[in-house]
Amino acid sequence: MKSRIPVVLLACGSFNPITNMHLRLFEVARDHLHQTGMYQVIGGIISPVNDGYRKQDLVAAHHRVAMARLALQTSDWVQVDPWESEQVQWMETVKVLRHHHSELLRSLPQTEGQDHGRACSVAPTAVPELKLLCGADVLKTFQTPNLWKDAHIQEIVEKFGVVCVSRTGHNPKEYISGSPILRRYQHNIHLVREPVQNELSSTYIRRALSQGHSVKYLLPDAVISYIKDHNLYTRDSSWKGSSTQRNEGKTD
Amino acid sequence: MENSEKTEVVLLACGSFNPITNMHLRLFELAKDYMNETGKYRVIKGIISPVGDAYKKKGLISAHHRVIMAELATKNSEWVEVDTWESLQKEWVETAKVLRHHQEKLEAGSCDHQQDSPMLGKPGQKRKWVEQRQDFSQKKLLEPKPKDVPKVKLLCGADLLESFAVPNLWKSEDITQIVEDYGLICITRAGNDAQKFIYESDALWKHRNNIHLVNEWITNDISSTKIRRALRRGQSIRYLVPDLVQEYIEKHDLYSCESEEKNVGVILAPLQRMYKSLNL
Repeated sequence: MKSRIPVVLLACGSFNPITNMHLRLFEVARDHLHQTGMYQVIGGIISPVNDGYRKQDLVAAHHRVAMARLALQTSDWVQVDPWESEQVQWMETVKVLRHHHSELLRSLPQTEGQDHGRACSVAPTAVPELKLLCGADVLKTFQTPNLWKDAHIQEIVEKFGVVCVSRTGHNPKEYISGSPILRRYQHNIHLVREPVQNELSSTYIRRALSQGHSVKYLLPDAVISYIKDHNLYTRDSSWKGSSTQRNEGKTD
Repeated sequence: MENSEKTEVVLLACGSFNPITNMHLRLFELAKDYMNETGKYRVIKGIISPVGDAYKKKGLISAHHRVIMAELATKNSEWVEVDTWESLQKEWVETAKVLRHHQEKLEAGSCDHQQDSPMLGKPGQKRKWVEQRQDFSQKKLLEPKPKDVPKVKLLCGADLLESFAVPNLWKSEDITQIVEDYGLICITRAGNDAQKFIYESDALWKHRNNIHLVNEWITNDISSTKIRRALRRGQSIRYLVPDLVQEYIEKHDLYSCESEEKNVGVILAPLQRMYKSLNL
């Protein structure tokens, strides 16, 4: 039997807070890669972004990490890694990928006679690949001027690879065909269809919480308890936009 | 409005729950928030009533499993629970009758404060409801006025509302009774379509004040059909259903191509009953 390429999925993002939708990304991505027959997903990493990212309403990283940890308590293959959030400043996604990739290589079993730290002599097919896991909305942001460096986009799709899960209102094929870099490396961009359309987003959760509405069954109970215990995402801490009416109907 | 002036409401959801999903559970949360926010109602309880096997729907697995999964799903809920009465009946029971059964039970429970409510077989949190009712009715030693009895309302998605239009599926007198005597709380993404549907039906229009349309702003398309399909294809259903339900399904290998073939070629119970009554 031809051996499969081991893969670790890395999801970067705010996780502000983590939701069932984030957790689903890993599940559908794993199923998809397995069903290609070419890959074996051996692990998943959630890497909450550094506070230095300065996104609106971003609660402190230690909370976001704690919530992700609680959410992943019952997962036997995905875990949270606080490294990115603990750095002194915000860092580009490609650097996070590089870091986790070298960690992966370092953790590979060494063959006898090798020095610790030197490149191991595992056969190439057994070297795990680290792929960026994201929703289609992230793929779209590659187009946003000045948000990503072209060289980084190229390194991400060329050296690592992307597993991109579909999302309502997004057409990832379009984003790929609209970008020369993405087109060139489209074999390394795996488009995953999520048959269960789910518009659930952290923004929706934050809005619901600030309005005192229930978010049960949208994220793990343990995370909801944590949010309540630490008084996160209350009306005071939430976005101060004037039209926070429920009948806006627009989620992000 | 004072709490004592608010109408107490019990939300009843009927359905196959084959299996129960996070979407079903969300219906209760959305409905409760909505009803409580009107200021006129206080939702005190939610009931999941899985349909009996005699419904004969394609792919319907045994009520025994569906009830257990619903119980596992509501284990961590303080106010939603499962009722097995409907699932235990030998024949299929019309929804209007299930509503009536639960309303009568509530009325019986509030008249006799000594009686232990048979609904609550579980220890712990849910017994709080019975204690509240006992305290409340002890204060009113005379027969309680009708408005003190909580009202049962049917909780559903837009698919159920629109199924009223399917020929022979519902008796028109049942539809009338449901909206007139009880009330409907319908969670929907397509509010305009639902409103149009109500407008186009004389029976629904007449009792439109008793039909509450609750907008679900985000699509949460976790249907049982998709869950079963994913399982047949070896795909993960984690985070679409509560963990305990996912584990139970896996442990008992519940859904397969074979289980999906159950009742194929069999006429759905309500249709069968309608044909019989029409002597077809």
